[in-house]
Amino acid sequence: MSAPAIEVRGLTKSFGALHVAQLIDLSLARGARAALIGPNGAGKTTFVNLLTGVLVADAGAISLDGARVDRLSPAARVRRGLVRTHQINTLLRETSARENVALAIAERDGCAWRMLAYRRVWAACLEEADARLADLGFGASADDAAGSLPYGLQRLLEIAIAISLKPRVLLLDEPAAGVPSGEAHAIHTAIDRLPKETAVLMIEHDMDMVFRFAQEIVVLVQGRVLMRGAPAEIAANAEVRTVYLGRSRP
Amino acid sequence: MIARAGNWAMRAAPWLAAIAVNWIAPDYMSLAASVLTMGLFALSLDLALGHAGIVTLGHGAFYGVGAYAAGIFAIHVWADPLAGLAAATLVAGLVGAVTGALILDTSGLTLMMLTLAIASMIAEFANSARDLTGGDDGLTGIRPSPVLGLFRFDLWGHTAYLYTLAVVFVWTMIAWRILGSPFGHSLDGVRQNAARMRAIGAPVRMRLIAAYALSAAMAGTAGALGAQATKTVSLASLGVLTSGTVLMVAVLGGMRRRWGAYLGALVYVVGQNFAAEIDPFRWMLVIGLMMIAVVMFFENGLAGLVDLLDRRARPSTGGGK
Ligand SMILES: Nc1ncnc2c1ncn2[C@@H]1O[C@H](COP(=O)(O)OP(=O)(O)OP(=O)(O)O)[C@@H](O)[C@H]1O
Ligand SMILES: [Mg+2]
Repeated sequence: MSAPAIEVRGLTKSFGALHVAQLIDLSLARGARAALIGPNGAGKTTFVNLLTGVLVADAGAISLDGARVDRLSPAARVRRGLVRTHQINTLLRETSARENVALAIAERDGCAWRMLAYRRVWAACLEEADARLADLGFGASADDAAGSLPYGLQRLLEIAIAISLKPRVLLLDEPAAGVPSGEAHAIHTAIDRLPKETAVLMIEHDMDMVFRFAQEIVVLVQGRVLMRGAPAEIAANAEVRTVYLGRSRP
Repeated sequence: MIARAGNWAMRAAPWLAAIAVNWIAPDYMSLAASVLTMGLFALSLDLALGHAGIVTLGHGAFYGVGAYAAGIFAIHVWADPLAGLAAATLVAGLVGAVTGALILDTSGLTLMMLTLAIASMIAEFANSARDLTGGDDGLTGIRPSPVLGLFRFDLWGHTAYLYTLAVVFVWTMIAWRILGSPFGHSLDGVRQNAARMRAIGAPVRMRLIAAYALSAAMAGTAGALGAQATKTVSLASLGVLTSGTVLMVAVLGGMRRRWGAYLGALVYVVGQNFAAEIDPFRWMLVIGLMMIAVVMFFENGLAGLVDLLDRRARPSTGGGK
């Protein structure tokens, strides 16, 4: 048995008196499909920020394929294959969608330091970006500045950039949040077609999406794992219903 | 194909015009060389500030370091102008790399203050190292030998002008190439959203240090050209006013525009030269008003204005950079 794609032990973080992460454990095998759910303010985004190194944990260990990464910078973790999307769009707004993706490809291939290989290298990045965006159904919008895209396409672009990095572990922070139902279909399709070997952890409030996607669900409440298990177990659990499902679904 | 050829013509025309100046305006060689030098300096700032988003108020330091390095090299080591230029470029680039490593994990107002502080420290160092720099008397006695051992710096400034043009051309080609490379695009990314760049695995701080060092090296070349042309270096070349002037030139011409730096330099240096003969105070007023107009109405500067007129003249073609 090889090491899990990602393994988290005892991850802990406080903002002053607020304990946003309390001894969180998590282990995802290669190709896993897991969901992280919990009420607003439970600490889900904070958990992603801790994993990716955007926030520094007070305690705990994070390993990718058996190697510790919790001392690495956020960018170095990405280069090791730990990639996230953002709950709030984090795009290069003046740059076209295809160049947003091409930049990710350049970083992934380590050619973003190339200063003088103008046409060849950059053209290759753009070409792969075009293929990626065409795959996701971007059409002519690929040339538009990211900031001018419809909100749904901006969310899709977040995913396109992440996929282009060929991640080993992918953390999706509410990928469809706020997307009008007419535009959500493309995002659902993109998520269904994520590479099989990538371990994915999705944060989501939409329970239909969660139950359709996840093999394992982790419930986070006030920075603590309340429960974890297969979708059927979670759905049947009375405590989860009261703290979360009951409230968010009127 | 035709569009492509037209594009090449558009890019070549200003250079051909610059060569022609050597014969068209023989009485203005030193002024024309100053325009080019200032344009290169502004282009260096555009790389750091316009593209990489490094807010600096201390870019004059690199110009000054390059000027002093070229002068001191010419006096104490070797009078060959190209060797002096290379030495100055290297020294300025190194100073950029070291100071960049110290300050580029900050941003915004903090970064701005740090660039100012470092520039002041470098100026004070130049002031106190009298033996090397001549202190506030300035550095004199720079006598560059013929370019490539062939072309003497003549009294009328033709050699100096064509030499400056050649150096500026080479640096500009390099800069344009870099800006179209993956590295150049990543700098635009860092300026827009550092968090996004980290999320795709970009080593943001190292990228910024590289851009800063490159920009400093380019500014150092400009300083060296200035020193070789005037054969003197003064403390003012390192000063706050130099940093402020290049910022005005870059903004006036238009940040992140292909010809912006050179347009800004042309208008500023030529305008200042002729206004100085009439009334220097009025010139500051004119420049001030132009800055206000640019900042408030033409965010792409003179280069943007040229585009606008171009599009008016040929309404059928789409505008481009
Ligand atoms: N940098 C910070 N400093 C202080 N408090 C913070 C910080 N970031 C988040 N918090 C707080 O930590 C708690 C958890 O926030 P977090 O964003 O992780 O919640 P979440 O589970 O993602 O919620 P949502 O479902 O609304 O996205 C919230 O109370 C939030 O206000
Ligand atoms: Mg959140």
